[in-house]
Amino acid sequence: MRISVTVDGTQYTDDVEPRLLLVHYLRERLGKVGTVVGCDTSNCGACTVHLDGHSVKSCSVLAVQADGSEITTVEGLARDGNLHPVQQAFQDNHALQCGFCTPGMIMQSIDLLADNADPDEAAVRAGLEGNLCRCTGYQNIVRAVRDAAQKMRGGAGPEAEQVSERPVTAGGGA
Amino acid sequence: MTSTLEPEVGKARRRKEDARLITGRTRWTDNITLPGMLHLAVLRSPVAHARITRIDTSAALELPGVVAVYTASDLDPEGAIALPCAWPITPDMKHPRRPVLAADTVHFAGEGVAVVVARDAYLAHDALEAIDVDYEELPVVLDMEAALADGAPLVHPELETNRNALWVFDSGEAGTGGDVAAAIDEAGASDDAIVLTRRFRQQRLVPAFMEPRSTVVDPTGAQTTIWSATQVPHILKTMTALTLGLPEHKVRVIAPDVGGGFGGKIAVLPEETMAVLVALKLGRPVKWTESRSECMITAHHGRDQIQDITIAARRDGTITALKVDLIADMGAYLGLVTPGVPILGAFMFNAIYKIPAYRFACTNVFTNKTLTDAYRGAGRPEATFAIERIMDELAAELGMDPMRLREQNWIKHEEFPYTTVCGLTYDSGNYEAATGRAMELFDYEGLRREQQQRRESGDPVQLGLGISTYTEMCGLAPSRVLGSLSYGAGGWEHAAIRMLPTGKVEVVTGSSPHGQGHETAWSQIVADQLGVAFEDVEVIHGDTQSSHKGLDTYGSRSLTVGGIAVVKAAEKVVAKARKVAAHMMECSEDDLEFAEGKFTVRGTDKSTGIGDIALAVFAAHDLPDGIEPTLDAEAVYDPENFSFPHGTHLCAAEVDTETGRVRLRSYVCVDDVGRAVNPLIVEGQVHGGLAQGIAQALFEEAVHDESGTLTTGTFADYLLPSAADLPSFTTDRTETPATSNPLGVKGVGEAGTIASTPAVVNAVVDAVRHMGVNDIEMPCSPLRVWAAIHRRDPGGSGIGGAEAGGGLGSISSTEGGVQ
Repeated sequence: MRISVTVDGTQYTDDVEPRLLLVHYLRERLGKVGTVVGCDTSNCGACTVHLDGHSVKSCSVLAVQADGSEITTVEGLARDGNLHPVQQAFQDNHALQCGFCTPGMIMQSIDLLADNADPDEAAVRAGLEGNLCRCTGYQNIVRAVRDAAQKMRGGAGPEAEQVSERPVTAGGGA
Repeated sequence: MTSTLEPEVGKARRRKEDARLITGRTRWTDNITLPGMLHLAVLRSPVAHARITRIDTSAALELPGVVAVYTASDLDPEGAIALPCAWPITPDMKHPRRPVLAADTVHFAGEGVAVVVARDAYLAHDALEAIDVDYEELPVVLDMEAALADGAPLVHPELETNRNALWVFDSGEAGTGGDVAAAIDEAGASDDAIVLTRRFRQQRLVPAFMEPRSTVVDPTGAQTTIWSATQVPHILKTMTALTLGLPEHKVRVIAPDVGGGFGGKIAVLPEETMAVLVALKLGRPVKWTESRSECMITAHHGRDQIQDITIAARRDGTITALKVDLIADMGAYLGLVTPGVPILGAFMFNAIYKIPAYRFACTNVFTNKTLTDAYRGAGRPEATFAIERIMDELAAELGMDPMRLREQNWIKHEEFPYTTVCGLTYDSGNYEAATGRAMELFDYEGLRREQQQRRESGDPVQLGLGISTYTEMCGLAPSRVLGSLSYGAGGWEHAAIRMLPTGKVEVVTGSSPHGQGHETAWSQIVADQLGVAFEDVEVIHGDTQSSHKGLDTYGSRSLTVGGIAVVKAAEKVVAKARKVAAHMMECSEDDLEFAEGKFTVRGTDKSTGIGDIALAVFAAHDLPDGIEPTLDAEAVYDPENFSFPHGTHLCAAEVDTETGRVRLRSYVCVDDVGRAVNPLIVEGQVHGGLAQGIAQALFEEAVHDESGTLTTGTFADYLLPSAADLPSFTTDRTETPATSNPLGVKGVGEAGTIASTPAVVNAVVDAVRHMGVNDIEMPCSPLRVWAAIHRRDPGGSGIGGAEAGGGLGSISSTEGGVQ
């Protein structure tokens, strides 16, 4: 099947097998190896990307289902050499060790902050429940997400991440 | 200018590693693609023990895109290849051959029987479906005690027993302490003493690093290059050469970015070996990347022990003897250090306590399960769990406060250095200081009062307090000690420093990281040693071509061994530079002071920076006679002793007596890891360690059904905790510098895991002890806790004793619950 997608701002048109998973399309066909595969039961969330502005586990989406969509991966977050505030917060708060879960964790955190601009600790923990990390014990990830929330202002993130259908509260959004 | 540079060591530097990891510019092994690369998929046995009577690969071979299908008879026709075990713990240890692929018999569910080579991974996996294998099932043996019983089915009939080895340490025989049997008899006969015996179960765990294992082999260069998601590239290189008879100088191993290991990637894999064989056979690059499900059944597991502990004490609380009888499950084969893992615990059951008589005996046993090997802590969490659990039980028997009992028996800070009943010398520590700080942060007394109130009011939610005052031996290891334990290698580490003409510095380390932050920490160390900027240091690792010598990363050894090697190399650079500086400034070497990167002629303001010296040496126009034009230096450091971090962990757990649910209300730990090179990294290591230790206490268990199938074979069934399952931890540190190394550092990587498990279980048991409960088997799931409170045998009642994940029941219906 022929699909057309925009990934991190670049348009691609490809013939793909109907069974091809989006994550394998990104990795094997487009060379977007920043997005990784950590499990085969959609539990770990390492492969999380944004599909039309919302986080999805790209191991649970077929490439053909993404036809006509805009996809953002961890590789497409930085703008003009500037890190996304969530990326920066992950470094500032030592929210990663081996870094394998980090792409998914960052993408999910951005999605979480789009829904709730100022989450408390419990809300962050609940919002990241679908993303597993074996290194950090999550404490610094939670800290990073809350730190990013404080630093983010409406429009700080890429356009694809902005949730236009709900009002952006002061000091949040993104 | 006389400005003083702030030392780098001790600074909470943000990590250098992060820049690529947060932007997806990563180099995981599975990211690598090479021209003409083929993909491997391994067909695995669905049964735990069977004779293979027929394998038909012909249909698979006819599928489009399939290049080859190999079985054992293709890859190892002589049946001569044996994957290595580097730790023959006793001279008479039984050691089955571990093949690349099973030839005629499979010994655990998941063992490889054939490998498909195809143009892409999808096609390779499709072809697995087309391979036809007939299995004639053999009886399985899964329970460790059943495996040791007379007439048990044998995992490896050619060994004539399921017993791998018996390893004993006896303080009376070793001359390091008294006679245990006599001490226990004496206590048993006295009204003024008690003898307490308990059985604890260390359930089987899965290391569950986030990056599945992967290997790429390129046979097209002068050296055959192996990329692998491994903790041990140097060991893999040497072992691959030895295992396959390849010339070692024709093998290069690269561990690129590695996504966690926790001991689970200390291995030489059948799949790595298989990939080398296939690549060499076809003359083309190949890649094998496992799925998570494949990882769960084939990557080695950890723990899995039955611990029979006997402790004797006087009624005043003074411990007089400790006897430890272990049975440890090896699984079906021996991995790189499988048989030695429980032995690493032998020296740690006595922990921080002054115990006059001690005996440890461990029986290693084969079963038809995935092999076990190192998992974070490797032997020491098991030991710490047993001693810290029985200290609580002893306190309960004696009617003493459990912290008071510990205090009475631990080594006082003024007694260091202290030689234990195992003959180890603890160089430094201050258990009083760490405990005092932890008790203060925790509000121990206040929580005890609340516990009392809840008991009195019959609150359905009871509160329990758990203590773990631990130490561990880490920084593996003094080579002579490893030699005395029959380990197959030494425990040194290598470092090299290259001074570049522009004053920048390259540091080569043999310690290969997989998330620990070596690039940052080593930069901090070198910045201080050479007086160069943190940013001017590049750390090179993980490729045997550039980092040619090393023993890699495990056992909390990187800093205390590898980091010290870096210091030693830096000292040599400074010594070389000193000669050149003296020549340049026309003075005696003795008149030079080196500080903050500059040699200054004592009593003058004349100085030369190390960068200027590096440039002068590069030009080499005017060097002193007999001096080689290089400042570069290397060092191999072999520690004289282990490092002994310690700390006090306190856990408050709320137990809902109506549902059995456990909620961790607070967790406080104060660790003493000596001097911290980077407090941010230390804190991160502690957090992650706690999460894994708590997960053993409450969530995780690898469960096999009665036929030997792993029922917790996915992340849907094996309960890795998520952010929502864990509390925030309160962490703090005391600093008692190690006296065994120039930085005063101790290991930190395993401490949190070692300490936390017993703290949590002690808290859960403490919450319901007044209801007649004195043990709950791990993981303390709601069902097990509920069953313990309500006196139900979770096995016997048919509701499943090992409900973690799959809920399909444990292998032994008699285990679990109230003892």
